[in-house]
Amino acid sequence: MENTIVKAENYNAYFGDNHVVKDVNISINKNEVIAVMGPSGCGKTTFLRGINRMHELIPGATAKGKILLDGENVYDMNAIYVRAKIGMVFQRPNPFPNLSIYENVIAGYLLNGIKVSKADKDVIVEKSLTSAALWKEVKDSLHKKGTFLSGGQQQRLCIARAIAMQPELILFDEPTSALDPISTSSVEVLFHELKANYTLIIVTHNMQQAARVSDRTAFFYMGELVEFDDTKQMFTNPTDQRTQNYITGRFS
Amino acid sequence: MENKRLELSNSQLKWEILFKRILIAMSIILVLIIIGVLITLILESMPSIKSLGIGYLWGKVWDPVQNIYGAYPFLVGTLLTSFIALIISVPFSYAIAIYLGEYNPKGWLSDLLKNTIELIAAVPSIIYGFWGLFVLVPVIRTLEINLHILPYGVGIFTASIVLAVMIIPYGASLGITLIRMVPSPLKEGAYALGATRFEVIRNVIMPYTRTGLFAGVLLSLGRALGETMAVTMLIGNTSAIASTFKDIIFGPGNTMASVIANEFTEADHTLYLSALIELGLVLFFVTVVINLIGKRIITRFTNN
Amino acid sequence: MEAKIGTRNIKSLIFKGVVIFFAFVITIPLIIVLLYIIKQGVTEVNWHFLTHVPAPPGEKGGGISNALVGSFIMVLMASVVAIPVGIFAGIYLSENPRTKLAYYSGLCVDILQGVPSIVVGIVVYFWVVKPLGTFSAIAGSIALAIMMLPIIIRSTEQTLKLLPDSLKEAALSLGVPYHRVILKVIVPCGFAGILSGITLSVARVIGETAPLLFTALGNNFFSLKITGQMESLPHVIFTYATSPYDDWHDLAWGASFILLVFVLTLNIVTKVITRKWKIQL
Repeated sequence: MENTIVKAENYNAYFGDNHVVKDVNISINKNEVIAVMGPSGCGKTTFLRGINRMHELIPGATAKGKILLDGENVYDMNAIYVRAKIGMVFQRPNPFPNLSIYENVIAGYLLNGIKVSKADKDVIVEKSLTSAALWKEVKDSLHKKGTFLSGGQQQRLCIARAIAMQPELILFDEPTSALDPISTSSVEVLFHELKANYTLIIVTHNMQQAARVSDRTAFFYMGELVEFDDTKQMFTNPTDQRTQNYITGRFS
Repeated sequence: MENKRLELSNSQLKWEILFKRILIAMSIILVLIIIGVLITLILESMPSIKSLGIGYLWGKVWDPVQNIYGAYPFLVGTLLTSFIALIISVPFSYAIAIYLGEYNPKGWLSDLLKNTIELIAAVPSIIYGFWGLFVLVPVIRTLEINLHILPYGVGIFTASIVLAVMIIPYGASLGITLIRMVPSPLKEGAYALGATRFEVIRNVIMPYTRTGLFAGVLLSLGRALGETMAVTMLIGNTSAIASTFKDIIFGPGNTMASVIANEFTEADHTLYLSALIELGLVLFFVTVVINLIGKRIITRFTNN
Repeated sequence: MEAKIGTRNIKSLIFKGVVIFFAFVITIPLIIVLLYIIKQGVTEVNWHFLTHVPAPPGEKGGGISNALVGSFIMVLMASVVAIPVGIFAGIYLSENPRTKLAYYSGLCVDILQGVPSIVVGIVVYFWVVKPLGTFSAIAGSIALAIMMLPIIIRSTEQTLKLLPDSLKEAALSLGVPYHRVILKVIVPCGFAGILSGITLSVARVIGETAPLLFTALGNNFFSLKITGQMESLPHVIFTYATSPYDDWHDLAWGASFILLVFVLTLNIVTKVITRKWKIQL
């Protein structure tokens, strides 16, 4: 389908001999917000990191199968290029402590030595920070280092940094689990706004968050993709018994 | 934009691989250096090893003029200076470690003491040697006159004193780290039972850190064995062994390091040079083994 | 019978007194050494001293300009080699801690740290002096570089190991290639630690005499020729201190004073760097 942005075909991931992600087939459309949930150790984060080829950076980590980005298998592409095309936001906010807020936003260009005119840089910084709902709060301190920002602000800075690269797809690895409730809801509001221009895949440990923010939800259990359905449908009337058990809190 | 981005990533891939190879190459250089040192030392000691054999190590005569070489005087000199230095330095190292590790770990006084200890380690050995020659030697000479010993001034005893001062920082800084690592619950339990400070130190801290402190002694020993310049300037540079114990300690001598330093550039024939290098080989092995054992003990201790 | 609590308390106090005594008494030799060097040396140092070569024995005057320049050149050349090799090796060790190469390389760093400096001198003699046919500043620099390596490597490795992995991940996920991640993010964030390792290693080698005894030797004249013998601060102290001439003894005091000033300054600089330039993570 023309609308598909990411498609996994028989994707498997391993840590050495440990088979962590088993035979995943999933198809994600443009401008969708997808939540990926499941108990600890179910492989959801490993699967996410397979999409932008971060998984293989761990010594001993391997993968089999295909992940198609706009029809092309990322495992046949230049890995550096794949990671530049896909944005990622991590569990703990990780702005670069040696760069200012301004420099953090355009870090993807700066660290790669890509020449951009000052005027263009200013535009990118303002647009990205605005999209991340952080512009007003930092516009007067762009050249300070970001260490004084709160956890939620730092995370939004990381989101701005990812957006500045103009990706089509942004991956979120438990982005609010290290944040307080107020910061968490500000980030969740952001998901809703970002959806217009980006596709979001969000791994979350928090069922309620999955229910709140996503269009479709994928449920992983013991390395397998157990169920993938419309969010409302999954939470009111799941097909698989394991999904039902997870949702009702039989395990977490 | 897309094509340029792809081009950039493709060219970056090549640099990535080059960089990783450079990292590996630099690490290999370390290994090559050590192998090179070993091979060079062995190769150049070969003439001496072949013609003098193992008896070299306990040969008591060192007479380059007559082409007779025996390492015994230098083994004695090295061991004596190092052990005397160790014995002198251990109470001080321990005291510093206990004071800074247990009695007074923080505060301006403790910082001052810590900095002083680091300063002792920072002073180059040539300066200790120079100072020792002009300040300590006359003092020792006066002492020897009063003790009715030949007033050389220089000698094994003098060298050991300065060596002791130089190695104190090593034992001390290691000791501080180890003593601070003693778990509080252990100490608090003892205090709760009514133990005094002294008893806690003696019965809880000391046994706990015993192995680690022993490693500290080993590392200080390793440092003492290899010390050259201060010893060379203060030891009197004699390759004969005195007859009485008193004369050995208070008279001049030589260590393996000092005889190499003094005679290397004067060694005009192959056997002479080779005999000196064989000393270097022995020195290398001994210091390396002692240091590695000491380090292993410490890593095992800190990993527990 | 159990010792009375009073006796035990007294014992404890006595012990504390003994410990304090031994701990602080050790500062006395250091103070004596420093004061003596300062007293004897500071009077020697003047502009003439710093800009002239030593006078022949018997003549007053003279200085240590050849030694100053020689030390500077050799330490500079040693740094040019030791800093890149040391930093890269340190990066490798911190980035790949579980490989075989890391184990053996780390072992060799530990070994190198314990090798007596005179042995390094012997080895470099055979590696450089004999093939070139002459004592040289180049040989001296190589010996000094070998001694600088373990310090730079260990401090680089330890500094980088303390940095969180999330830093690397953030950069990699932006499509930054590995070498740029290391050189533009990791190393700058660890800059203070790496730099202090460098200053520490320089402080260590400018005072080293033994490795220079058989490599650069010394030179009574002013020379910039790196393929020839070159004088150095510690070596000039050794030569003049052990000579029979009083004038030369005076030179040695002056040189010791200068050397001490350099070493102490570098140590203070190291401390300042560690405190002020540390990047808040």
